[in-house]
Order: sequence, then C-alpha cells, then structure tokens
Amino acid sequence: MSRRELTPINAGSMADIAFLLLIFFLVTTTMDVDTGLMRQLPQIQDEEEPDKDEKIKERNVFVVLVNQYDDLLVEGKPMNIHDLRDAAKEFIANPNNEPGLPVKVEKELPYFGKVFITKGPVISLQNDRGTTYGMYIRVQNELMAAKDELRDELSTQYFGMKYDDLDETRQDAVKKYYSSALSEAEPKALGGK
Amino acid sequence: MSRFKQKGKKGVTAINTASLPDIVFMLLFFFMTTTVMREVDLLIQVKVPEATQAKKLEKKSLVSFIYVGKPLPAYQGFFGTEPRLQLNDQFKEVPDIQDFIAQERDAMDENDRNKMMVSLKVDESTKMGVIVDTKLALRRAQAYKISYSSLKVEKLR
Repeated sequence: MSRRELTPINAGSMADIAFLLLIFFLVTTTMDVDTGLMRQLPQIQDEEEPDKDEKIKERNVFVVLVNQYDDLLVEGKPMNIHDLRDAAKEFIANPNNEPGLPVKVEKELPYFGKVFITKGPVISLQNDRGTTYGMYIRVQNELMAAKDELRDELSTQYFGMKYDDLDETRQDAVKKYYSSALSEAEPKALGGK
Repeated sequence: MSRFKQKGKKGVTAINTASLPDIVFMLLFFFMTTTVMREVDLLIQVKVPEATQAKKLEKKSLVSFIYVGKPLPAYQGFFGTEPRLQLNDQFKEVPDIQDFIAQERDAMDENDRNKMMVSLKVDESTKMGVIVDTKLALRRAQAYKISYSSLKVEKLR
C-alpha cells in the first residue's frame, strides 16, 4: 500500500453548517423576560396575638372591597375601577388635610427637611373567593400605581428625575415621604369556591 | 474625477473568508450557551393579566413558578375544566406546594435561599379561591416573596 499524500479536507462548507446551527439556536432562543407585580406576603401570625389592625384608627384605613361579581366598594361607596387610582392617591397624600383622610404629622426627613406627611396610611384589601384573578390584579395594580405615581411626582419635583433613577438614600427618603401598607384580609366565601 | 477612475481600475481582490467559520462559530456558541429551553410543558391554559406597574424579574435562577389555570383541552377529559395547579410537569393540589417549595429551596445555592421568589402565573379568569389557598400555603412554606406574573403594558383598557 503506497502512502498517498494527505489531501486537505475541504472546509468550505463548514461555514454553512455553522450558519445552519446558528440559525436554529437563534430561532429557538426565547429572550422573553418575565414581568410581574412584586409583593411581599405577611408572616403567619399566632392566633393569640392581639390583632394590631384594631389599633389603627379608622381614618387611617382605606378599605377596598371586591365582591364575587368584580364590583368595587371603596370606603363604603361603590366605585369604578378607573377612579380607584386617584382615590388612593388622595388617601395616601391627603393634600388638603381633610379630617376623613389619614392624620398628618410633622416629620424630619433627609433631603426634605421638616415635612407634613400622613402617618402610616393603611390600605386594606379584601376580596371574595369568587373574585376573578384578573380583577384582583387590576386592583393591586391601581393601588401600586397610586403609590408609584406619588413618589414619581415628588422625586421629579425635588430631584428632577423619576423615582427609579434615584440613588438608594434618596429613594429611601421618598419612600418615607409616601409610605402605605397594604393589608389583605382573609376573603369571604360568598361566591363559592 | 480622474482620481476615482484610477482606483476603480485596480480590480477587486477577493476577501479572504477563511475566518468566517470562526466568527460564525463564536456567535453559535454564544447563542448555545444563552439559550434557555422552556423547562416545563404547560398542561394548562394561562393568559396572564395585564398591568402597568409590572417590573422585570431579575434573576431567573432564583424564581420558581407556580401555574394555575384551566387544563388544556387534551387533559380536560381526565382533569375537568376547573382551574388546576401545575408544579413542574404535573397537576398538583394546593397542599403539595409546601413540598415543592422545599424541593426548590434545596436545589438552590445556600446563599441564595432567602432571595427565593415565587412567580405565580395565573390565568386571569381564575377565581381567587384557589389563589388565596395558594398564598396561604406559600406563607406556611415561608416563601414570602412573590410576584404576580403579568404583562407589562403602558395603558390598561
């Protein structure tokens, strides 16, 4: 057997093969980013522990109820979902210091100095087991939007940029200026499972 | 004018394409490593609600998913049309959540365990009953950070 000279392998089609694979991976790659409303669930409390919600005065609580037909009842009055954001904003900020809305106190805050802000407003959300999830998210979204909009307004007024673009210490200050807790009560079961 | 003509007359030399496969391979490896194949097959129909305040989930590796919705038509004969829970690749019940969370937590890096987040991918027509139970189960499992998966939109209808 005579030794033949090694012929080089034609690598011209290599690029084609690589392209084929490349296109396959390009197509299958899902760059989908997951987005969502972030929330923190409360810890489970012991039954014996006195309910601290009772201590909060009525004027500091913004009651939002949703029934099994997806109707809203806000502070005892039926409301359209489109008005909820403004109502929540007014509740959190209480700009005119109205007696029905949260108590305002003077507080020293970094960057803002002495300010007159609402003291720990609480939004209480209660839904029925028959409420649809879509409506629930809608309400959650409006309530979050109310807070976010207030913070954005404040930070644009003071710092000239959106809340998300601020550094951490400033964000903290803005957060203290407009803070509100969301408390979710155990739902009623009028609408069945 | 004449300057341009002189240049044109020199003729085009063929571009050396020998390094083309290398470049393509580089791109190929990039996409191969970044591709995340969908890890679960959905057994249920999920159309997540829309929201304007939705934020991006930062680290995918810290997120576990819980799906809730109506079973796909193929499974409806067996599982009915009531909204069901899906964990990984199976239909599950609410009490199974605790085991699921424990499992997911074990699979995680020890330093990341307290950063764990649960994303609820729930169909918008689902009734809140099952969600409330799910949330209670999550609280029992000490998974407090949750995200209601929703589509980011600029304006709601």
